[in-house]
Amino acid sequence: MQSETKSHVDQLTSPAGHAVTVLRFEGDIASTSKEAVLGVYQALPKATNKIILLDFTKVDYINSSGIALVIQLLIEAANSGQKVYAYGLSAHFVKVFTMVGITKYAGLFPDQAAALAAL
Amino acid sequence: MSEIRTTNVEVRLPSRMGFEKVAMSTAASVAKLMGFRDDRVEDLKTAVAEACINAIEHGNRLNEKLSVGVVLSAGEDSLEVKVIDDGTGMKKQPAKPDIDRKMHGEEDARGMGMFLIQALVDEAEWVSGVDGKSSYVRLVIRLDKDQG
Repeated sequence: MQSETKSHVDQLTSPAGHAVTVLRFEGDIASTSKEAVLGVYQALPKATNKIILLDFTKVDYINSSGIALVIQLLIEAANSGQKVYAYGLSAHFVKVFTMVGITKYAGLFPDQAAALAAL
Repeated sequence: MSEIRTTNVEVRLPSRMGFEKVAMSTAASVAKLMGFRDDRVEDLKTAVAEACINAIEHGNRLNEKLSVGVVLSAGEDSLEVKVIDDGTGMKKQPAKPDIDRKMHGEEDARGMGMFLIQALVDEAEWVSGVDGKSSYVRLVIRLDKDQG
């Protein structure tokens, strides 16, 4: 019933010259999304992927279990010295991420261009 | 004295994760018909989804022989949603999630559903059923007088 979460990784360079790893998600982010969220993140070598950008542009539904997966990713990233940012959330999910405190540990941007310009 | 007209819509969900989206869509449709602003519809969708997830996972313990009842009652200026399961109800309210404690591993990364429900609707109450059955959460979201 939950739509399968798809994810893939792109490597970009910010205008300032930083290597940025973009995790692009598609579908629902829920309890069934562990592999698509954490699995894909954990497969990235920590030493060479220092800036992680989460792309939620094609995500329609995020529930509390999905938010917990994002927090688990943030915990692992913080412990590995990585910086995490996100973009593409709807106004509602920007509000929800702010309410639960995620914005304290992951900067949010409206779109990819704004995120890359700031990195 | 004028009579307040209430319109009821009922949905029964299997206790399977993902079916909360059926209740979410139904609640959104009713709220839109009532004239709620888009941002309030989004608040309601998340609150209803989280209430159904709790009912499926904790109330009915994912037992697919049990169903979750969702009763939407549309009044003149508010929408009430009851999400009913066969669990014993909440013994106590969980603490407000603390992102710093979560980030430091002192608190489970999960456990935000009830907080989101309370934060996104105007009223939320958890009622334990008699004999450990038919416990429910009751949510109310009100139409703002100035919303257009």
